[in-house]
Amino acid sequence: MSSPQIEIQLIAAIVAMACAIPGVFLVLRKMALISDAISHSILPGIVIGFFVTQDLNSPLLILLAALTGVITVVMVEFIQKTGLVKEDTAIGLVFPVLFSIGVILIAKNANDVHLDVDAVLLGELAFAPFDRLLVGVADWGPKSLWVMGSILFITISLLILFYKELKVTTFDAGLSSVLGISPLVMHYGLMSVSSVTVVGAFDAVGAILVVALMIAPAATAYLLTEDLKKMIWLSVSFGVFSAISGYWAANFLDASISGSIATTLGVIFLATYLFAPKKGLISVLYRQKQQRIEVSLITFLLHLNRHEEESERHINHLQEHINWQAVRARTVLDLAEKNNLVEIENNVVSLTEKGLAFTEKSLEYIISNKDEKIEPMKEDFFLFRG
Amino acid sequence: MNIQEYFELVWTDYTLRTITLGTAVLGAICGMLGSFAVLRKQSLLGDAISHAALPGIALAFLITGAKDSGTLLLGALVSGVIGTFWIRGITSKTHLKSDTALGLILSIFFGFGMLLLTFIQKQPNANQAGLDKYLFGQAATLMESDVRLMIIVTGISLFVMLLFWKEFKILLFDADYTKTLGFNTKFIDVLITFLIVLAIVLGLQTVGVVLMSAILLAPAAAARQWTNNLGTMVLLAAVFGAFSGVFGTAISASQNNLSTGPVIVLVAGVFVLLSFIFSHKRGLLFREIRFRKNRTDLKLMKTLQFMYGIAQEHENISHPHAIRILNNFHGFTKSSLKKLEKEGWIAIEGQQWAMTPKGYKQAEEMYNQKTT
Repeated sequence: MSSPQIEIQLIAAIVAMACAIPGVFLVLRKMALISDAISHSILPGIVIGFFVTQDLNSPLLILLAALTGVITVVMVEFIQKTGLVKEDTAIGLVFPVLFSIGVILIAKNANDVHLDVDAVLLGELAFAPFDRLLVGVADWGPKSLWVMGSILFITISLLILFYKELKVTTFDAGLSSVLGISPLVMHYGLMSVSSVTVVGAFDAVGAILVVALMIAPAATAYLLTEDLKKMIWLSVSFGVFSAISGYWAANFLDASISGSIATTLGVIFLATYLFAPKKGLISVLYRQKQQRIEVSLITFLLHLNRHEEESERHINHLQEHINWQAVRARTVLDLAEKNNLVEIENNVVSLTEKGLAFTEKSLEYIISNKDEKIEPMKEDFFLFRG
Repeated sequence: MNIQEYFELVWTDYTLRTITLGTAVLGAICGMLGSFAVLRKQSLLGDAISHAALPGIALAFLITGAKDSGTLLLGALVSGVIGTFWIRGITSKTHLKSDTALGLILSIFFGFGMLLLTFIQKQPNANQAGLDKYLFGQAATLMESDVRLMIIVTGISLFVMLLFWKEFKILLFDADYTKTLGFNTKFIDVLITFLIVLAIVLGLQTVGVVLMSAILLAPAAAARQWTNNLGTMVLLAAVFGAFSGVFGTAISASQNNLSTGPVIVLVAGVFVLLSFIFSHKRGLLFREIRFRKNRTDLKLMKTLQFMYGIAQEHENISHPHAIRILNNFHGFTKSSLKKLEKEGWIAIEGQQWAMTPKGYKQAEEMYNQKTT
């Protein structure tokens, strides 16, 4: 591994960490799309900042562009408040207009600005090590490493300082107001941090990948845990893992590093989406199927319980009476028999003692709708696990 | 070339005519279908779909090696539809919210698309120069065949929309009721979404993936301000969209170095801004005027009510009183007194005022009258 390679991976990992932390809160606050809006609308800020400073890594430019990001949020909220259009439309109107202004500013000044839209949108991590921070003659490493490092440091410090406040405002804005924590201050604080992070990162990884790095790790982690601290740790790890493995995939394919990191994030999300133990698609579908069978089972048992007479409990009769298809009836009957809830004699189904007790319990639950009645049944039934 | 020359040239110059027609048709179909997106609160779905279409374009090129827009757009359509259904899967099967799902699909598909594009660019046989235009759009690359495709698709969507007009409308405003009426809501839902995806994919070549959502939203958001009628809104949005397309093309053609997409977006943005401010019913300007008028009216009525209270204590309601005694009551000014007199509710003589029978009656019935 050559030294630029190490530096690229280091920058990618730091960017991933810096993005993942605000990303968790954006996802939890249902404001994930704000990051998309900010990442586009900082363009005019970057262009104007570039006219002033002539340096893509200057702190002044980052502040100017981050200000544009916060202005976007304010504009979106203003339009929402007028009630003329819905919230999502407000977001969808503001950022393309600001982005267009940025694109036109670049186009009109093409000769003076060494900045092209593709670079802003897509970034090029491979070039990041070439722009170095020189102090005197000493080489202090790539500039973007320093920029993103400082942003990460600030983000982590703010996170530790305001962890409790962030947590309360995110999950219960009403409670936080009562406790004297202003949700508004936290909101704009988070927006500012996100803006600064997006601006700092666009140069290295591009505006769209910033969105991927913010949302994808947090969304993946959210499928795996409901604990805030765990979620932050998981997102950061997913981000860093994708950054590094994405880099090597890009190296192998000889293609865009940022695209490859986004793709890795996508693959990780897809895998989690399908296989997450509780919230994954497969487990959700399985649970839904089980619940459907269990509802049928209970209906079936209640029906048996209701009818003493043998004719009502004959297998064939049951099939036409509850109006199930043969296969479904078979599954339910098997399940009931396997659990010793019913016994079949001469094609007549009757409840066993266990079945009777169970039916009584279910009935009691259905009538009283109290949770404690079914506490012991949660073990055996998907239906009661909520 | 300035804008005037442009409009003279549109009728004679073949290329300009093609491009203008193309952007106009595109604006119209986007405005039309965008109305549904905006009313269904799916505004940002457009943004996600347009980004999600990118890998489809790249894959279509990788597989077929073709450069004609028909094949590439077919790829875009497939990948856009996959993105849409994945978004639906995420929101319906997991606890992730729609904003997260949209942002996720948008950025991941786009990233994957970029990976493929950069991969293609480094292929030795790459005659790939045409793919970049899908990022920001290049109206200048529109050819007659593209415009013909647009017109055909617009015609088909228009036909489908008219055919299912009643279903679309009822689903839009009351989905549960629609279901109880026995309509297949899932089918109608998928049909609308598919049409929206179609419109987006059609615009990718002209406006590009990044700005496509604005062309979908802006005309509809502007049209929404002028009417509460769905038919009028769709029509207005189509007109706004077409005009944005034509003006945007005109401006970008008459200047150097301006790509069409951003200019069309800005023109559409101006339409939205004007509608927000000047719409007669909902607009901010008239709302403010109405608000002020209501406030003055309220003050006027307060003054009248106060006078009524004084007049009530006298046998003769028209007994004159000094204006001075009103002074301890805020909400009375010279102009408000004049206005009251003009309405014929009071009579003013020198430093004294007297209530007229008409004014007395007005004040008496103030709380009984219906809002006028």
